[in-house]
Amino acid sequence: MTDTITPPTYTGPIPGFAPAPDAAPAASAPRSGHLSATDVSCWFSGRKVLERCSLEMQPGRVTALIGPSGCGKSTFLRTLNRMHELVPRAQLAGDIRLDGTDVYGSEVSPAWVRSQIGMVFQKPNPFPAMSIAENILAGLKLSGQKVHDEAEVVEQNLRRAGLWDEVKDRLDDGGVGLSGGQQQRLCIARAMAVKPSILLMDEPCSALDPISTGVIEQTIRELCHDVTIVIVTHNMQQANRVSDDCAFFMLEEQGAPGRIVEAGETAQMFNAPRDPRTEAYVTGRFG
Amino acid sequence: MSLKEHVRVVADPPPVVLPDPAPVVIEDVPRSPRSFATIDLIEYGISAAVGCIASLLLCLVLDWRHPLTFVLWAGVAMFVVEWLLVRDRTSSIQATDRVITALVWLAASIAIGVLGWMVTYVVIKGAKGLNWEFFSTDLSKVGPLNPGGGSFHAIIGTLEQTAIATAVAVPLGILTAVYLHEIRGRFSPVVRFVSDALSGLPSIVAGLLVYTLWVSTGHGFSGIAASMAYIIVMLPIITRTAEEILRTINPGLRESALALGSPHWRVVLTVVLPTARAGLVTAAILGVARVVGETAPALLTTLGSASTNFNPLHGQQADLPLFVYKLIGLPNKVQVERAWTGALVLVSMVLFLFTLARFISNRGTRRLGGKR
Repeated sequence: MTDTITPPTYTGPIPGFAPAPDAAPAASAPRSGHLSATDVSCWFSGRKVLERCSLEMQPGRVTALIGPSGCGKSTFLRTLNRMHELVPRAQLAGDIRLDGTDVYGSEVSPAWVRSQIGMVFQKPNPFPAMSIAENILAGLKLSGQKVHDEAEVVEQNLRRAGLWDEVKDRLDDGGVGLSGGQQQRLCIARAMAVKPSILLMDEPCSALDPISTGVIEQTIRELCHDVTIVIVTHNMQQANRVSDDCAFFMLEEQGAPGRIVEAGETAQMFNAPRDPRTEAYVTGRFG
Repeated sequence: MSLKEHVRVVADPPPVVLPDPAPVVIEDVPRSPRSFATIDLIEYGISAAVGCIASLLLCLVLDWRHPLTFVLWAGVAMFVVEWLLVRDRTSSIQATDRVITALVWLAASIAIGVLGWMVTYVVIKGAKGLNWEFFSTDLSKVGPLNPGGGSFHAIIGTLEQTAIATAVAVPLGILTAVYLHEIRGRFSPVVRFVSDALSGLPSIVAGLLVYTLWVSTGHGFSGIAASMAYIIVMLPIITRTAEEILRTINPGLRESALALGSPHWRVVLTVVLPTARAGLVTAAILGVARVVGETAPALLTTLGSASTNFNPLHGQQADLPLFVYKLIGLPNKVQVERAWTGALVLVSMVLFLFTLARFISNRGTRRLGGKR
């Protein structure tokens, strides 16, 4: 009897997700898009929430940030493209480099960093005052880039997000009329249109149904040939399915800042974790 | 008969053959589950009748003669009877719900009724004088007791003065709101405080200010002086309304626009303001509505005129509130009728502007099929 939906458990490559997580094509990996964070600490209003987190995010690979709620995964993600500093009274320490360039360097503008490191948020948020096509072009126009062939940019990015066939007949309709999963893929297409070398995703599927989640995971596997992807997720199976590398965040105790307990290849993290806490978490014994 | 046999007799009743239940046919016909039932209408009728009778008796016994007294007590008695009736049929919670629903309806009806009554009154009083002449001529060639003439000069004045004030105050107010909510500059609290204080300013003080600083310093009365006073009155209203509108914009939109690599100003211009468009139009409408009927500042700044003055920059200029104000007090039936027609024109003008603004702001939203 299979009339109830059971969460999928990972038992090997899943049909529909063409490249298996451990078979990421290293040969075709893009040269650029290496993001490296060293000793990143974060404070909100003087309260330390993240302590000395170091992580290498390799080009052409998907890195998943996992861990219990409130352990600083999203905060870490938001430091990578300088969204952290938009929160009033937020501070940070540490060094973040995109292909060797200091992201927080004095000659680097936040807008440039964000155009290189795109972001998709938890809640899909297409711009309501724009049509689907305008949403795709919004990033380019917002970052002041010239668009030569608008129709082609729109089609190309909608195809990459797997949305083209569903919306090609209503490109001039509003983006808010789409379903939640479609809206999220529209946001992915919008972020990809700017041609970033990194794409950050902050729990992109947590507001979506299992079908839409599957489609987005597939999109992620396809996009990772072009961009480095860093994804925050609460869903262990999802981390296992989509990611090549994994970083496990945890609070030592309540009120203490979050730390990276263990980082490494996803297969190793899930099958042979070095730290007992990682093992407890990935096997579902806590969190 | 032994006990065992007795039990067996009771335990084995003759089998009851149930008739096959008739198949229930549910018709596929639309209905409104919350529509009025007949019993509700009967209850309303009974409570209204009983309320009126009770109030009538009370008024007769206590010799209260004023009709409003009767209406007030009839209303009170009606609600009491309604509550008791519904409580007996259902429960006290439902009865309270019914009475409060009725009270809310009553409040809304009174508000709309007063508005409707005022508009109807203006229409009845003013419709007599409505003709082409009223829109095409001014009062410069009409003797004080003669019929004829019109409000052309006042319409021109109102349009020009309000347009100038709107053209300055709307962008300024929206920019101030952007400063307050999008930029959140260091002086935001101060600006917000001053803006709040300004919105409580009596409009005649705005008129006095302009009179003292502009009119009496050699520039003389003019339409633009009235516009200046209007700007002072409008600005805080537009600013505060626009700020409230910007507050309702989903912060995720700003975030995702910034995450696309956009400078802050472009986020405001391309994402925030277009999303808030319908609300910002409302803010502008509220500002215009506030000043279009202002008489006090106009008295001190433009003074009014009987002839047409197209130039708002120089010389006295009429406008509709002044036109109404000056004519309504005259001891002459023709003039008073003109004043009522002027009032009607003013009301229609405001209504037209509102409808137009709503239409423009809704058109774009509807194209994208979005919610307002």
